[in-house]
Amino acid sequence: MCGIIGVIDRTMSRMDGSHIKRALSLMDERGSGEGAGYVAYGIYPDYADCYAIHVFFDNLLEPKTKVDAILKQWGRIVHQEEIPTYEQPGLKKEHIPWRYFFKPYADLMVGTTNPDDDNVTHLVMKINSDVEGALVFSSGKNLGVFKASGWPEDVANFYRIEDYEGYIWLAHNRYPTNTSGWWGGAHPFNLLDWSVVHNGEITSYGTNRRYVEGHGYQCTMLTDTEVVAYLFDLLGRKHGLPSEMVVEALAPPFWDEIDEMPEKKEEFMRALRLTYGPALMNGPFAIVVATKDGIVGFTDRIKLRPLIVGENGSKLYISSEEAAIRTMDPDVETIYMPRAGEPVIGRVVE
Amino acid sequence: MAEPLVIDAKGMHYTPLNRQIREALASGVKEIVLNNVLGQRFIGNGLRGDAKIIVNGVPGGDLGMFMSGPECEIFGDAEHAPGNTMDNGALIIHGSAGDAVAHSMRGGKVFVEGNIGYRGGIHMKQYECKRPILVIGGTSHAFLGEYMAGGLILVLGIGHEPAVQDRGIGSGIHGGEIIIRGDVDEKLLGVGAKKVDFTEEDLENVAPVIKEFCERFDIDPKPFLDTNYSKIVPASARPFAGKYTWE
Repeated sequence: MCGIIGVIDRTMSRMDGSHIKRALSLMDERGSGEGAGYVAYGIYPDYADCYAIHVFFDNLLEPKTKVDAILKQWGRIVHQEEIPTYEQPGLKKEHIPWRYFFKPYADLMVGTTNPDDDNVTHLVMKINSDVEGALVFSSGKNLGVFKASGWPEDVANFYRIEDYEGYIWLAHNRYPTNTSGWWGGAHPFNLLDWSVVHNGEITSYGTNRRYVEGHGYQCTMLTDTEVVAYLFDLLGRKHGLPSEMVVEALAPPFWDEIDEMPEKKEEFMRALRLTYGPALMNGPFAIVVATKDGIVGFTDRIKLRPLIVGENGSKLYISSEEAAIRTMDPDVETIYMPRAGEPVIGRVVE
Repeated sequence: MAEPLVIDAKGMHYTPLNRQIREALASGVKEIVLNNVLGQRFIGNGLRGDAKIIVNGVPGGDLGMFMSGPECEIFGDAEHAPGNTMDNGALIIHGSAGDAVAHSMRGGKVFVEGNIGYRGGIHMKQYECKRPILVIGGTSHAFLGEYMAGGLILVLGIGHEPAVQDRGIGSGIHGGEIIIRGDVDEKLLGVGAKKVDFTEEDLENVAPVIKEFCERFDIDPKPFLDTNYSKIVPASARPFAGKYTWE
């Protein structure tokens, strides 16, 4: 059991983090105080064209020297600083959160249509698997993940989450079940633009992990949700599938439902299921994924985890609990429960 | 009659709130009004007697769990599992509810004016005079009456044609009955469920429930007393007899 909540303002009007902090804290019961986190999009307008690389350092000596060297080899560090944190009685500072604003050298990556993103993906995988005492947990442009082991309100206060303003927010309260709680295992999980919060477990993790590792990703966070971020990056960014189709590949209809579809749709769904068989996610889950263009929420095909949607004007909310949405927005106009496997999508309108 | 006790629950954690409710009932209060409820879990848990609790807002999960006697009337939606293992009394929900409504319910009534989520009535049971009743005014998502062992689920499907469109109805059912207004497509039935004729006698049995539900929500009962229903019951008392054990 975990608690999730996400919000997008489709007009890209920015909201500070105080509301989502209250909403997530309302769902304290869904966690165990061993992990909570937030991600916000649009928070670094001064460095909007840089990759914001958030790193947990165990210390600022060897690990940081190594990460500095890797980054300088592959691009230019425009600015760097320790992420401001504020001591909380209920939270033990186990790592030093740091941020780099980074511009990769595009000409170092060949054979790709997107050298910048591929360069940064390569660096994230390299640092996370090779540098002891350093963990990159956020690597997108103009966005940032803030997470730690602790209760939702303590983690929010530790980072003073209300000081950040974003047009998309996701938040997560963790109840670790299969692996122990640690800072890197808190949600959201992020790679480039993709951020994921997840309630449940991916029982197909082994298959999914082998599939993404065959495509150059390396799983280093010791928990299943990480693989969802890489699946979205692979299918959504590298293969160019639209969000609806990524969800159809990851949580497809059952074969008997496919049998009943109109011929063209049936043929397409068969091709999609066969092509992306190893990407299919099994097990109970409710997930919200964000990119800079929007958010998508969906559950497993038999709906073993809760998901509720709220709308109010330009704002779309997706959460484990209705009360959390109403805490963020008492004037929310419509509330509904999407069907199992049905993607709920909120896109920014340019 | 004494004035009801009014509690403003705004921003209150569920522990002190439920303690206040419990203490009030112990001191003899018969009616409590809770205002500005938002997300507080476990309201009404384990309460006994004949008290009435009015909830204005959206209560949190497991509303009325283990409750045995009181009536909670909710002016708002409910979250997951209202009526969880409830023993007696009633939940009257003027709104919709989340997943696993009436989870393992043993007795009493849960009336939901709107829709319910997945797995409504999962593992409801009955024993001698204990027969729980779940009535849904709107529609239900999939796996309605999953592993159902007893009791009655009634879906009126107001504003929904057909009344239920989701799959897995009565999946693993081995006791009790699910009655849904109108026809139910065979392909929506879960493993172990079968559809049988809805007879005049069935209508007579269910008519008092329909009337009571309609009265509570101020709905004209006539259209629901003069229409056809589908009755879904267990195909066998042990649908999975051969699944986990063998001769």
